Amino acid sequence: MDFRFTEEQDMIRSTAEAFLAEASTPAAVRSAMITEQGYDPALWQRICNDMCWQAMHIPEQYGGLGLGYVELVATLEQMGRYLLCSPFFATVCLAANAILVAGSEEQKAEYLPQLASGTTATLAWTGSSGRWDARAVDVVCSADGDGYRLSGSYRYVPDGHTAQLLVVAARAQGSSGAEGISLFVLPADSAGISRQWLPTMDQTRRQAQLVFEDVRVPAGALMGGEGTGWALLEKTVDLATVAVAAEQVGGAQQALDSTVAYLKERVQFGRVIASYQAVKHKAADMMVKVEASRSAVYYAACIADEALAGGALAQELPEAASIAKAYCSDAYFFNAGCGIQLHGGVGITAEYDIQLYFKRAKSTETFLGNSAWHRERLAGLLLDGPVPAARGGR
Amino acid sequence: MKLSFSAEDERFREEVAGWLAANLCGEFECIRYRGGPGDEHSFVEERKAWERKLHEGGWTGIGWPREHGGRAASIEQQVIFNEEYARAGGPGRMGHIGETLTGPTLIAFGTAQQKQRYLPGILRGDDLWCQGYSEPGAGSDLANVKTKARFDEDAGKWLITGQKVWTSLAHESRYCFVIARTDPASVGHRGLGFFLLAMDQPGVVVRPIEQLTGTSEFNEVFFDEAVCGADDIVGEPGDGWQVAMGLLGFERGVSTLGQQMLFQNEFDEVVRIARENGAATDPAIRQRIADAHVGLRIMRFNSMRMLSGGEDGSLSREAMIYKLYWATWHRNLGKLAMDVLGPESEILDAAPYGLNRLQSLYLFTRADTIYGGTNQIQRNIIAERALGMPREPRG
Repeated sequence: MDFRFTEEQDMIRSTAEAFLAEASTPAAVRSAMITEQGYDPALWQRICNDMCWQAMHIPEQYGGLGLGYVELVATLEQMGRYLLCSPFFATVCLAANAILVAGSEEQKAEYLPQLASGTTATLAWTGSSGRWDARAVDVVCSADGDGYRLSGSYRYVPDGHTAQLLVVAARAQGSSGAEGISLFVLPADSAGISRQWLPTMDQTRRQAQLVFEDVRVPAGALMGGEGTGWALLEKTVDLATVAVAAEQVGGAQQALDSTVAYLKERVQFGRVIASYQAVKHKAADMMVKVEASRSAVYYAACIADEALAGGALAQELPEAASIAKAYCSDAYFFNAGCGIQLHGGVGITAEYDIQLYFKRAKSTETFLGNSAWHRERLAGLLLDGPVPAARGGR
Repeated sequence: MKLSFSAEDERFREEVAGWLAANLCGEFECIRYRGGPGDEHSFVEERKAWERKLHEGGWTGIGWPREHGGRAASIEQQVIFNEEYARAGGPGRMGHIGETLTGPTLIAFGTAQQKQRYLPGILRGDDLWCQGYSEPGAGSDLANVKTKARFDEDAGKWLITGQKVWTSLAHESRYCFVIARTDPASVGHRGLGFFLLAMDQPGVVVRPIEQLTGTSEFNEVFFDEAVCGADDIVGEPGDGWQVAMGLLGFERGVSTLGQQMLFQNEFDEVVRIARENGAATDPAIRQRIADAHVGLRIMRFNSMRMLSGGEDGSLSREAMIYKLYWATWHRNLGKLAMDVLGPESEILDAAPYGLNRLQSLYLFTRADTIYGGTNQIQRNIIAERALGMPREPRG
């Protein structure tokens, strides 16, 4: 057992940190977040051309770097820390994962090299039910000759208005729950798709609504079996959930660091306020949350690697993802909320960055299921299955 | 990052599990899952015999160097031993203070004579130790020790006078290590000595403290010119604080996974009851059970990080949060257990005050966030050492 970064992983993390400290400054974030696109295309090009992060965990045979989820998570942590505005998450953590999990050999060979070279993409699966389980899928697909027709609306789609490639989930007419769900991959400019960005409280990540009106897709667009897509979609979403949690760790860390830096400067009653125990104890609680979050995410990243490689611990993915998301969501919100409180009056100004983290904390908490949702999922695993064999004990 | 253990370590795991299965039975069946914080008063004689049994199997001091009778087991193997021990229901160790605190201190700072004199008894499981640190006026402010040590030139011995408190297992222990003031004019960290003191002598009186559980595992210990040999001081007079603090560095978390296995046993019991009595269908209880599960799993991941950390002995960030994290988690588990039991949580096993396991857990976990550095002291340590926030001016 060796539960720490290798030298190479450490290097990837520090490279990401150095790059983003220079490229994703507060000024850069604030300028990107007010555009409709939601990101700076020049920065995305630098990431794709110079850093190759979008190719990180795509296997080498499909034009990727062939690294693992631990490397990805190390990078995502820094993206969360610097509030990077980017189609990275949608492209890599949603779409690339979906194709890795569900794509046929031909589909991987066709689409993964495109993603590895900077084509943007996303995953659309949720309607407007507000759910994050199989019942969230409500776009309907029906057979149409040797292909399919898709009709309905997707909501809460990250970067859905700018992505060039879409992976979508739809269900057979009359099906319910996990039954009847199929996955498709198609160009975003296919006929019948209208896309609209939804202005969001957290401006650092774009969401869109996608309306499908009789969108015709060929048989070759189907990923996985017809009507048996839920297991593949659930695995994809679990992988993305680990990625969100990794961003949350970075955000929670930055909320702590920027707050502590402020506390060491601000003087009241003749002392820096960092010297008051009431303040120190809150900061210590924030550090506990962020370190525990980090442990949860690193473990989940190891499990995600196993899940992608079909390793021995692959079946732990739902549990590990839910543990990480449940804990990190609460931790990020706690740290950002305490961060505002400890900043005092300036914490509620637009000028100070802590407000941006407070907003990102909430949007990432909600996205892919909040902590209560993940805890209920874990409760189901613990409490609703067959009774485990009795152990000893008084 | 690598989650699995090596094949050699897995063989070691089988060896440990096999030995425990073959030996923790028969006369020792009654002590499975017994002892430990909150239950130290149970099956004392059987657990003492178990210490000697462990020695027969070569399972005491496994992390000690070979020249001092240990196995020089790697960190991984110590983790595995602790984990398998807890999994098998191994009883709370009576000898843990000697094995994990006295032994490593003597190995690091003791004279050849001290090692020769004290280490074998610890390994054999014959000599139990207790820790004489806290005093009525030296709790969180540990350096405020008032107990005095005076060297009697005529007798050639140290005479210790003062009072210690919260001394676990003092009434069962043969020896106590004591910090006492060798320089009567000194204050704070300076002027202390670290003494090895025999408990069975006229100058030592042990008085049990009855706890809220109705049981007693802590004691007050009174020294009235208790005698310590001239050779029974570790380091020089005045070095006591450094020796005492050196102890903290020896515990790099190898017992944490074993501790978590005990917590897992308790948590499993709460889950079992919740499923049995229907509490598992209450949405609020489901949230709390899941939250406890999340907390315990992360405790394990955190320990794995801690154990994989550097060899320089410095406390990493994940190690600094550990006490605050586990103590708070465990205390919350006690409360959850009562809420899962519902009205039955009030009903005792027997009069006059026979608590069941979970009731005892509920009451005794209130101590977890106090001993070994309160949650408030832990937060000070984290804020000052990890976050670099200034100390509050002290009076």
